[in-house]
Amino acid sequence: MYIPYLLTYIIFIPTILGTLPILFMRSESLIKRWAILVSLVPLVLSVLLWFGFTPNGTMQQEEVAPWIPTLNINYHLGVDGVSVPMVFLTTLLTVIALFYSSYVINNRVKEYFALFLLLETGMLGVFCSLDFFLFYIFWEIGLVPMYFLIGIWGHAEDRPQYSALKFFIYTLIGSVLMLLAILGLYFQTGTFDLLLLPLKIKAVTDPLVLNLAFWGIFAAFAIKVPMWPFHTWLPDAHTAAPTAGSVILAGVLLKLGAYGFIRILMPVFPGVLASYAGMIIAVLAVISIVYGAFVSMAQTDLKRLIAYSSVNHMGYTMLGIGAAAIAVGNTAPGIADARAIALNGAVLQMFNHGIITGGLFLLVGMLYERAHTRRVDAFGGLAAAVPRYYGLMMLTAFASLGLPALAGFVSEFMIFRGAFAIIPGLAAIGVLGIVITAAFILWKIIQMVFLGPLDQEKYSEMEHHLTPQVVAEYWERATGRMKDMTPWEVVSMVPLAVFMILIGLYPKPIIDIINGAAVSIINLMG
Amino acid sequence: MDQLLLLGPEIIVTAAAMLVLTVDLVSDRAGRTWAPWLTLLALVLGIADAAWYFYARQNVFGNTYTVDEFLSFFRIASLVIAALIVFASKEYVEQRTKYVAEFYALLLFVTLSIILLAGSIDLIMIFLSFEFLSITSYIMVGYLRDDVKSSEGSIKYFLYGSVASAIMLYGMSLLYGASNGETNLVRIAAAFANAPAGTSNLIVIAIILTIVGFGFKIALAPFHQWSPEAYEGAPTPVTAFISVGPKVAGFAVLARVMITALPHFASDWTNLLWAIAAISMTLGNLVALRQTNIKRLLAYSSIAQTGYMLIGIVANVATGEGLRGILVYLIAYIFTNLGLFIAVIAYSNAIHSDEIADYAGMVRRAPALALAMVIFFLSLAGIPPTAGFIGKFLVFGAALDAAKAGGPSQLLIWLAIIGAVNSVVSVGYYFNIVRYMFFMPPKEMTPVRVTPTLNVSLAFATAMTLLMGIVPQPFITFAQESVKAIFKS
Repeated sequence: MYIPYLLTYIIFIPTILGTLPILFMRSESLIKRWAILVSLVPLVLSVLLWFGFTPNGTMQQEEVAPWIPTLNINYHLGVDGVSVPMVFLTTLLTVIALFYSSYVINNRVKEYFALFLLLETGMLGVFCSLDFFLFYIFWEIGLVPMYFLIGIWGHAEDRPQYSALKFFIYTLIGSVLMLLAILGLYFQTGTFDLLLLPLKIKAVTDPLVLNLAFWGIFAAFAIKVPMWPFHTWLPDAHTAAPTAGSVILAGVLLKLGAYGFIRILMPVFPGVLASYAGMIIAVLAVISIVYGAFVSMAQTDLKRLIAYSSVNHMGYTMLGIGAAAIAVGNTAPGIADARAIALNGAVLQMFNHGIITGGLFLLVGMLYERAHTRRVDAFGGLAAAVPRYYGLMMLTAFASLGLPALAGFVSEFMIFRGAFAIIPGLAAIGVLGIVITAAFILWKIIQMVFLGPLDQEKYSEMEHHLTPQVVAEYWERATGRMKDMTPWEVVSMVPLAVFMILIGLYPKPIIDIINGAAVSIINLMG
Repeated sequence: MDQLLLLGPEIIVTAAAMLVLTVDLVSDRAGRTWAPWLTLLALVLGIADAAWYFYARQNVFGNTYTVDEFLSFFRIASLVIAALIVFASKEYVEQRTKYVAEFYALLLFVTLSIILLAGSIDLIMIFLSFEFLSITSYIMVGYLRDDVKSSEGSIKYFLYGSVASAIMLYGMSLLYGASNGETNLVRIAAAFANAPAGTSNLIVIAIILTIVGFGFKIALAPFHQWSPEAYEGAPTPVTAFISVGPKVAGFAVLARVMITALPHFASDWTNLLWAIAAISMTLGNLVALRQTNIKRLLAYSSIAQTGYMLIGIVANVATGEGLRGILVYLIAYIFTNLGLFIAVIAYSNAIHSDEIADYAGMVRRAPALALAMVIFFLSLAGIPPTAGFIGKFLVFGAALDAAKAGGPSQLLIWLAIIGAVNSVVSVGYYFNIVRYMFFMPPKEMTPVRVTPTLNVSLAFATAMTLLMGIVPQPFITFAQESVKAIFKS
């Protein structure tokens, strides 16, 4: 079902109806309500996009208009089975992030909500662009709002200004290298169109050009994912960012990198990937998996811990992508299926990591609002005090460690099912990561925070250091206990929890959507 | 008579300058009141005239001056610059000096000199126009004569500039000799057409000396030492002007001399300009990282910006793309840099300081101003969707396209990479100011009031910076049409 300008509406409504009017609004409560209301529109439209999507390998809802004819640049949008879940994920997480923020952000409200909606436009634009120039513009637009979100609303003790600049500079280094690669490709092929590029690139035989362009683009995406050893900006940015910022950072921004691998590097550079780069991706992915898991285990700060677990979880995605890329041209029986399964798993893992890690950051944010600390050893025995919180945290944490019947398991299983058929050795090492992940999540999050006896003295001491405002809001005066999740906190977590269970039990609908695109990308690569 | 018609903008600007001086002579008060508006009127008329005769092509003044699309571009550009400077200076000049009308007369003269430079196709005419530009600039930099820093900047500018003039003149005299007594650029090219390429040491020396002279005038590293003091000391509207005007003129001359007169020695001057571009970008950006005064910081930033633009000249040997990229970059740079300076003027009118530390918490005191400044910084750093991004995109693109030719031109890939990495470095200092503006608490909370003239020009510059980033095609077409005269295709 083709709906004219659907993608344009989805992308620009947050900015045109959100950011711009908000700049002229005065009342903070109006701004908050307006922002949430506006962010609901793209969510509804992306649900429409989802149900109007025919699950096959084609590009749908395409829009083309000339933009800079001199350089053959077009305003070209379109979505396939990889983009649709990402668009939905972005709109969903934005609504949740704004809803949650409307309760906890009371400082410089106008700027916050205006920037957040601008960020949404940037992210959605990347997922819908089919022109490399347009892709790059949206890629960069997302950068600036996140810089401000970290720098202004970050926690003062986490060096937000340093982290914000580090995030900015790291991403920008990748971006400018990608820009040069984009230009280089254009002058070789004469097109910026992402659908034409894979066909036109076949005429380019100069290995130097292909390799330089590949690594330029690789740098941008690998930093964004981030893959080891480009990940060092991530723990700082995540730790410093406000809760909703972390949710979007982990939930969507990291996906932009992985999405770039699938949308651009795989179709355009099958030769480079097959000859050596695919193997490098797979090796870096396995290092990210194992390293991320181990470093995560060593953390005492909950946010840092989850940040490193993102390195680990995005490593699975990259392993799936690497496996699918290595086997280009391999016609042995079963390999084609294995590649498709791995790629399907990688995309599903992107979606799952978005909802699971987004959920984890949300939950840690709630804990931080109450205790103003995130050190795991500051807590203990919370299970009895905050049962609702404990329940949701258990669910999310188990989904994160890949417990069967929850979302994370499905995608990780598919990735390893595909990877074992192609790169059994690396996959075997990667599986170790799952074990370590299970270990640190059970030990650091579940055991240290929730289990054991509730040490009342420890919490009285904690309460003693908090401002009266925080205590009034989040602590029960009579018992000196932390309050359990408020209704609005539950509301912001429930949609994510629902998806964790739904995808875990019945992943078919979303896999159907992804599969068509995954297969056609594999076919395009050869 | 025909020739005079073609020189409309030049005549209008000259007449207006005389008129402003006369009005001031008649009545001091009338001069104060009317000078800016008379100037503005003349500039608008000039722009209209230049646009009307955009496609005119004729050599005048005995083949020393040419009217073509390329000149039309620079006429419009310099008149727009001057118009923005009028808006930027109005309060500033009225507040700080009693010599108001003379300021606008000088502004008109310096604008005239830029136009003359862009149209000169004769070495003597080029030199005279350069001196015209320099001398008017020295006076404008030292305009606040009771201010020590203003005088210091002016003297330093003057001393360096005079040496540069001498060096440039020496280079030109060698060109004159080597070409058997030609001063016309086209005839010089013809005289060199049969010379064996790259063997004539005399011409190489002449090229080096000429470029060194140009380098001083447009503040390319390593010939930039005068610029931080001149930028810091000059009245801020003048700083705004010299950060843009002389550079615009310099690129016009550089394009004419190198591409029209010396295509035969392209391999010599491209190598030299390659190095100067790389040094300017790197040194400008690295030194800017350490600055604490925003005017000095912008001095180094503009050295780096000139370096990026120079890439276009280096990349231009084979195609017109590089020059087109420069013109687009220049448009972007004009709106961005002038806009930024207007914002700095507006803020310093209120806080009376140019120290970056005093920008702390600016967003709380002047949110619109802070937002505009962020847009300008993004544009200078080359981040979309802003004008500066389009400029960098085209210039880097020209470099990569030219590199396709293989051989020594593959060095251009490295120049593009140096440029790209430098634009990341530049974020370090641009966003350091943003950090103060947005992340630091303000020292006081009183809102900053911005006068209507500044607001209008600021809004215009901001709108153009964004518009050019979002709808770049008209600007690219404009530049494309303008370079046709140089690349007769």
